[in-house]
Amino acid sequence: MDLLMWFSKPENTKPLGLVIFFVTFIGIVIYAYGSKKRSDQLESYRNIPFLDDQEDTKDKQ
Amino acid sequence: MAVTTYSGAEQYNFEVVKKFAIMSIVWAVIGMFVGVYIASELAWPFLNFDSPYISFGRFRPVHTTSVIFGFGGSALFATSYYVVQRTCQTRLISDGLASFTFWGWMAAIALADFSYMLGYTQSREYAEMEWPIDILIEVVWVAYLTVFVGTIMRRKQPHIYVANWFYLAFILATALLHTFNNLAMPIDLFSMKSYSLFSGVQDAMTQWWYGHNAVGFFLTAAFLGMMYYFVPKQAGRPIYSYRLSIVHFWALGFMYMWVGAHHLHWTALPDWTSSLAAAFSILLLMPSWGGMINGIMTLSGAWDKLRTDPIMRFMIVALSFYGMSTFEGPMMSLKEVNALSHYTDWTVGHVHSGALGWVAMITFGSLYHMMPKLWDTKMYSRKLIEWHFWLATIGIVLYIVAMWISGITQGLMWRAFDEFGNLQYSFVESVAAMHPFYAMRAIGGMFFLTGMVMMAFNVFMTIRQGKRESAALEAKLAAKLAHA
Repeated sequence: MDLLMWFSKPENTKPLGLVIFFVTFIGIVIYAYGSKKRSDQLESYRNIPFLDDQEDTKDKQ
Repeated sequence: MAVTTYSGAEQYNFEVVKKFAIMSIVWAVIGMFVGVYIASELAWPFLNFDSPYISFGRFRPVHTTSVIFGFGGSALFATSYYVVQRTCQTRLISDGLASFTFWGWMAAIALADFSYMLGYTQSREYAEMEWPIDILIEVVWVAYLTVFVGTIMRRKQPHIYVANWFYLAFILATALLHTFNNLAMPIDLFSMKSYSLFSGVQDAMTQWWYGHNAVGFFLTAAFLGMMYYFVPKQAGRPIYSYRLSIVHFWALGFMYMWVGAHHLHWTALPDWTSSLAAAFSILLLMPSWGGMINGIMTLSGAWDKLRTDPIMRFMIVALSFYGMSTFEGPMMSLKEVNALSHYTDWTVGHVHSGALGWVAMITFGSLYHMMPKLWDTKMYSRKLIEWHFWLATIGIVLYIVAMWISGITQGLMWRAFDEFGNLQYSFVESVAAMHPFYAMRAIGGMFFLTGMVMMAFNVFMTIRQGKRESAALEAKLAAKLAHA
């Protein structure tokens, strides 16, 4: 019950919310830009709209 | 990443895409005509003809519903079904369910429009439909979600392209918004009349939580999905940065949900709530501009296309208006600016710079790209596309300039005091001062509508041309087979 009461106070939940959302956002930015290998992989997805324009059948991973 | 064959139209369900695309144009013509008519009513009130059915109050939701849900909604159904099939390289999960979404959506828009003219409304902006129509929309929307998610689940492409993320966010958020904003109690099982479950300031809060997120998810996120597919396709080059699109998606999706209360500055709503909404509105500028830059920079190295390709011009001008209106919005959400702008025509101008400049222009570009592909032909007239572009652009500029002048004038007149502390102007004096700008706005709308009618003609002729070409091809093949 004490824990629930703690959550009911904006002076507690506001900084908690700030920390959670800020960390999540930083996490997404690190995910997107943090690794060269992952960056290359993510950028390769840019070409998906053009894949079904190709006439030759290929299957590659 | 898997690369699979494009084995022609029969691989995909393009029938439902065609139907939605055509109806999108039909609703655009109807909705924009009604828009021009109500704008003209404000400038020349005799156009009311003392008929309640076409009075401004009843006709206005006919305009907003027809353009937002009829034109915009149908375009989103069409393009989302097209994009999800082509980027997942698989057919829609159910042709029957997809067809149901078409007929259900059309019925909902038509019923809503007729009910408004008959005087039925629940008086919630952009959600005026009474409860039976709300239930129909709910059912259609669940079917839409099922078709979309089901199609993604059976994709041949392991990665879900970012355009689909935006479409999915739009579908999920709209389901949430529609459900909670329309919680109401009918007065009788056989009566159209209902009352909201919320009252007072909670009612206002729910309404604007819905209202601004309808802008955020229906009119922004979904059309960004359109942008992420059709801008690269038309430019013939991939999106500028896929990583930026990921950050764009999460930041935009997270921040939009908080900003609705900026519509309720200086009201009974607690001050901190609308201040928080204003703070998030300012933060929202960053993901919005990130997305705009991502779209515009896709053309990097191929800027000449802006000179040579009218479809590309539609798309880039759309992104420019997106950037402009997502700057103007946060600015208007500041309490001091809002004190001047709220309840004035400035807001109406802002909405239209987003709706006409961003939503309609990106839709025109996307439909001009998609429709010839659906009917396996070329657009009937490139000249008409050029004309459409200029008429639409001039129309928007006339509209928003008129509303800027009119809105700021209104705001200043309403807050002016004389040396005794009395209001300097009566309300009717401010109405009289608006007259030239209301006429200018109606003329701007006429430009935009004329362009739209040209598009409808161009598309009609394109479809006819596509059908003729395919009939000729079939006849040729039949003749060859007969001789073989």
